[in-house]
Amino acid sequence: MSRSVLMQGNEACVEGALAAGMRFFAGYPITPSTEIAEACAVRLPQVGGVFIQMEDEIAGLAAVIGASVAGKKAMTATSGPGFSLKQENIGYASLAEIPCVIVDVQRCGPSTGMPTSPAQGDLMQARWGTHGDHPVIAVSPSGVQEVYSLAIRCFNLSEKYRTPVIFLMDEIVGHMREGIVIPDPDSYEVINRPLSGVSGINKTCFHVDPGEWVPRMAPFGDGERYNITGLIHDESGFPTNDHDTARKLMERLFQKISCNYDDIVQVENDMMEDAEIAVVCFGGTARAAKEAIREARSHGIRAGMFRPVTVWPFPEKELRGWIPQLKKIIMAEHNAGQMLREVQRVTEGRLPISFIGKIDGTLIRPDEILQKINEANNEKMQ
Amino acid sequence: MKKCSDLVFRYMRVDHLPQIWCPGCGNGILMRYVAAAIDDLKLEREKVVIVSGIGCSSRAAGYLDFNTIHTTHGRAIPFATGIKLARPELEVIVITGDGDCTAIGGNHLIHAARRNMELTVIVFNNNIYGMTGGQYSPTTPTGEYGTTAPYGNIDRQFDIPLLAAAAGASYTARGSAYHTQQTIKVIRDGIANPGFSLIDCLSPCPTYYGRKNKKGSAVDMMKYQRDHGITQTQWDKLSEEERKDKFIIGQLTKNDYPGYTAIYRQIIEKKRENTENKDRK
Ligand SMILES: Cc1ncc(C[n+]2csc(CCOP(=O)(O)OP(=O)(O)O)c2C)c(N)n1
Ligand code: SF4
Repeated sequence: MSRSVLMQGNEACVEGALAAGMRFFAGYPITPSTEIAEACAVRLPQVGGVFIQMEDEIAGLAAVIGASVAGKKAMTATSGPGFSLKQENIGYASLAEIPCVIVDVQRCGPSTGMPTSPAQGDLMQARWGTHGDHPVIAVSPSGVQEVYSLAIRCFNLSEKYRTPVIFLMDEIVGHMREGIVIPDPDSYEVINRPLSGVSGINKTCFHVDPGEWVPRMAPFGDGERYNITGLIHDESGFPTNDHDTARKLMERLFQKISCNYDDIVQVENDMMEDAEIAVVCFGGTARAAKEAIREARSHGIRAGMFRPVTVWPFPEKELRGWIPQLKKIIMAEHNAGQMLREVQRVTEGRLPISFIGKIDGTLIRPDEILQKINEANNEKMQ
Repeated sequence: MKKCSDLVFRYMRVDHLPQIWCPGCGNGILMRYVAAAIDDLKLEREKVVIVSGIGCSSRAAGYLDFNTIHTTHGRAIPFATGIKLARPELEVIVITGDGDCTAIGGNHLIHAARRNMELTVIVFNNNIYGMTGGQYSPTTPTGEYGTTAPYGNIDRQFDIPLLAAAAGASYTARGSAYHTQQTIKVIRDGIANPGFSLIDCLSPCPTYYGRKNKKGSAVDMMKYQRDHGITQTQWDKLSEEERKDKFIIGQLTKNDYPGYTAIYRQIIEKKRENTENKDRK
């Protein structure tokens, strides 16, 4: 049975994660993500799960990876400075293919910045934060209801593709309170990692069966013995310096994401069918964008909103599809132009783009977007 | 005691041998002691997890035929913490180096000890950073040399068991590559201890620590361990002056403070019951 509740974004993240089967959380408090740790501390023991506050964010993700290796669906949550500290172990989970979810409730500024103010300045860090080439999945919600459903989706993607998934929230959605509907558990899918079912020594624990994208996993303690490492490894899970093996492993890591683009990438198109002016945005910024396009529509302006829900991989195919009908794009984001670069890359100069970026901790207002829409509409008339 | 070769065939991944360590390195000897202790305790092999960080010492995980995970530099203890919390029935053993455990990983060490997390941490302590080529570590004695201490190390040295005991570890001990029986025993006792156990195992690194500090050959370094490692009883009889270049081999501290997962289990049981009762009402 579904039920209606009033909930904060951060709380919805925890409830969604629990619905997806999260049974382990390790983290370190940091504004504006702290409510996630607090809610996990209350909720996890109630469902037989484990919460632990670690000594720092590095340890938080390390413990999460450990718990995942032992078979639990595990999550950590952080913000700003803490997200920087997560980076090395994100790379580890990526190369060793350990499913886990890392929530980043973005806040303003580099360094300690403005802890309680909203921003979206970690978009590129979510993509490139850990060293070395690596694929990434990052998902960004725009409201509390979506926080719930996308938290489930983050776990599903993470389990299915054996990869860390970054849940890129922002202070706007993290601290927003809204009425939401907690869906009936039968109404959504919960995906669990593919299991190997081998017992004893497994010398091919990183072998991928034909038709599959990831090796089947064996939780530590289930009866299989094998090795996991953050070094480039062969099918047996052992370090190797063989360049052929390295290339094949890296290619597969990239391809398991790129070849499943359609399964991974989601976007929201709001009134885009006949739009000539598209507001592109992600996360909490969508609230202002929606208000602005509705207002513009009431004056007969054909404006729409295009929102990457999956921000990485960037939904380039979907954006490219709109280009022929568009006259102008307005990019609105709470950073100095991080998604703008992606939009420029995809549109290849075929469309004028105007930009609204805020990095002072204030919110982009609907009227500011509306003004850009009006300007675009006037240019079009000329 | 089992023959060395029995232990190798039984507990090591022989197709990955020989290991990468230099001739004369103490790590291989200590790895065998770990296997011998596990054998003595008759632990179910599928229930043993070996977690390591990064360094020469941390390569041991890969050669041991259990569930093994080679993690990131300094982070073996928090990875192990996650494994233990997720599955308290597993026997989780950390193999780490002095740098891995007490420099980059020092904060994790003291907090796992403070929580009395049910882990056994075995430090292959070679007084140097071996993997990166001989830089000084938190256990390089003052005045000795490393590639980054060309004029002599001015840092003071950590006494790792003392540090762990002060932070709350319920079992601490010291062993060495030379002291076979004693070291196997303290590893065994450390694993058997339900709370956080730390075993500092002195490991000769003839390639860097030995060479940089004119400690002679690998054999000379083993002889040094023989001649300077003493029992607690012998230690108690010595004057401050006589103790200077000596170290105790054997158990150092022990208490029976309850382990973390045991306490957390009680919280789960209580909260689960409350929630279920509430749901029933
Ligand atoms: C974050 C990070 N910093 C530095 C290194 C480089 N590094 C690898 S091993 C090591 C030191 C190892 O020393 P120790 O833990 O004492 O182990 P040993 O090699 O002596 O056994 C360093 C500095 C690394 N791998 N990761
Ligand atoms: S460098 Fe030292 S610690 Fe590393 S393998 Fe060689 S002897 Fe052992």
